[in-house]
Amino acid sequence: MDDKLILGGHEFTSRFILGSGKYNINLIKAAVEQGGAQIITLALRRANTQQSESILDHIPEGVTLLPNTSGARNADEAVRIARLSRAMGCEDFVKIEIMHDAKYLLPDNYETVKATKILADEGFVVLPYMYPDLNIARDLQSAGAAAVMPLAAPIGSNKGLATRDFIQILIDEIDLPIIVDAGIGKPSQACEAMEMGAAAVMANTAIATAGDVPAMAGAFRQAIEAGRTAYITGMGRVLARGGSASDPLTGFLR
Amino acid sequence: MTPVNEENKVYFIDSDELPPAALERKHALETDPSSRTNHMEYLPGMEVIDSDVKDIVLKAVSEYDYSSYTARDVELALSKDTCSVEDFKALLSPAAAPYLEQMARKAERITAEHFGNTVYIFTPIYIANYCQNYCVYCGFNCYNNIRRKRLSFEEIEHEMQVIAKTGMEEILMLTGESRKYSDVEYIGEAVKIAKKYFRNIGIEIYPVNTDEYRYLHECGVDYVTVFQETYNTDKYETLHLMGHKRVWPYRFDAQERALRAGMRGAGFSALLGLDDFRRDALATALHVYHLNRRYPHAELSLSCPRLRPIINNEKINPRDVGEKELCQVLCAYRIFLPFAGITVSSRESKEFRNGIAKICATKVSAGVSTGIGDHEEKYTGSQEDDAGDEQFEINDSRSFRNMYDDMERGGLQPVLNDYIYV
Repeated sequence: MDDKLILGGHEFTSRFILGSGKYNINLIKAAVEQGGAQIITLALRRANTQQSESILDHIPEGVTLLPNTSGARNADEAVRIARLSRAMGCEDFVKIEIMHDAKYLLPDNYETVKATKILADEGFVVLPYMYPDLNIARDLQSAGAAAVMPLAAPIGSNKGLATRDFIQILIDEIDLPIIVDAGIGKPSQACEAMEMGAAAVMANTAIATAGDVPAMAGAFRQAIEAGRTAYITGMGRVLARGGSASDPLTGFLR
Repeated sequence: MTPVNEENKVYFIDSDELPPAALERKHALETDPSSRTNHMEYLPGMEVIDSDVKDIVLKAVSEYDYSSYTARDVELALSKDTCSVEDFKALLSPAAAPYLEQMARKAERITAEHFGNTVYIFTPIYIANYCQNYCVYCGFNCYNNIRRKRLSFEEIEHEMQVIAKTGMEEILMLTGESRKYSDVEYIGEAVKIAKKYFRNIGIEIYPVNTDEYRYLHECGVDYVTVFQETYNTDKYETLHLMGHKRVWPYRFDAQERALRAGMRGAGFSALLGLDDFRRDALATALHVYHLNRRYPHAELSLSCPRLRPIINNEKINPRDVGEKELCQVLCAYRIFLPFAGITVSSRESKEFRNGIAKICATKVSAGVSTGIGDHEEKYTGSQEDDAGDEQFEINDSRSFRNMYDDMERGGLQPVLNDYIYV
């Protein structure tokens, strides 16, 4: 089956995007391998180090690095961080994270649209992290985003698809890959997001806080693949309640 | 103003070197409240900002009766997803003491959610120990007979090189509180030197006005730490007998001025052991809580220093704040303020720091000297005869490398930098 995730012209067969910030870097390789991830995110501010053990040394060959602008408080700072990332030799992928909120780390949608426009115009493959709002998603699409990354729940919360209905609206209405980011706490939730039609799932804390990081990455891989297959196959109908009516309401029609 | 009570006498040490007039003045300050200025009144040049945080915090603390909380209140607080101010008060109360293990478990989970298993490592560098204040418990106080020093820019550069060579990337620059000997421009120039060697620069200096914080931010500083020492203004008055530091409200508003000046983050703390630690912990956390509500983007962090012995006074100790009490305070901080950084300094023992880093601390210092210009001596064993004396005696003298390895052995991920100056 030729089912590829396409982001800004780049093709991926895995639909699992792995975060890297919250667990020991020597586990990254195993997590990438067992999770089958082809994209791994990295906060540029974390990469800004001479630390002898740099995350960069642990990322396997062939894996696409998705630098994020974590730490940016507005569009201007996000743009500066993205340009730094390019200067540091990262490719043109950038995940925009703009937080004006240190408590919940909720994205600032308004500033995110501004930064998306500037960076897309500069040729970046822009993946904006956002709060699932249809109007903003449309603006992001017009601004040149390569995908839209709505949050499922507050970052790190492992609370799952708290914004399910709003993410579904984005999936139904936006002609870009919808990548569910933040808040996914367990494989079943990742599976559900994929069944809904999400193009990919990104997870970090759920894996970082697991007893066995690589094994949990593997569990996510299976869940994401199962959800994707179910979505493509077309799931059987689900009845809201009751059984199938034996006497149709419209049976009187001639 | 309250007269100095028996409790404070432990702090008073007379030096033989002091001229008689100075000694007389010192004794007057210690014993005669009328010889001291009004600690709630701003001095000329001190900026007054429009802020209601002080009043809110002081009111909450004055109403806090921690003996009124019960085991049931603590259990309720521990069962909730979101910790309210009332829940936090219960967690700080004596009723929570038997629940320490449960608090630690909850704190550990919350820390993992917000910070994963990362632990940041930094080192402080004291560039001057001149001080114009008489704070009775502090080794730098102007009446304490110690070797004073202010590093020249060449010496600062040398110290920075010695520290940077270890691999350290985050530095906290400190001075004694003397505008005269360590003026803002001097500190600004020192910061510019630090910027050549370090990626993340914080300062812990005397509180300054907003425009001065802005200048320091432009020099390269993004984090400002100011310890309030105690939030009990009456007690504060009996401990900070002379100097600009005596002005309690100007100090309280320092972090808010720093944030208004564009600093990315601010650090807070009471010096536990000076006064009622439960009230001081409540006040510190509420200070953070209310500034977070007004400046939601700011990265706020807490420290938890306990009193330590100083040169010429070995008797100073943290009184009723034992390690269990300290751990209770830190777990309560974490549960109430999941997003806040928690720094545990070398005032605490190796064992305590290894343990607390697994529960809720997010940052530890290493390779620490609280003296002036003696890093090479500390790191390599070479002699530096003219080094300035220390602010307090540290407890955990682990080098950067040992700390790094110990944290890693504890299952944590040491992080040297997580910051870009933009």
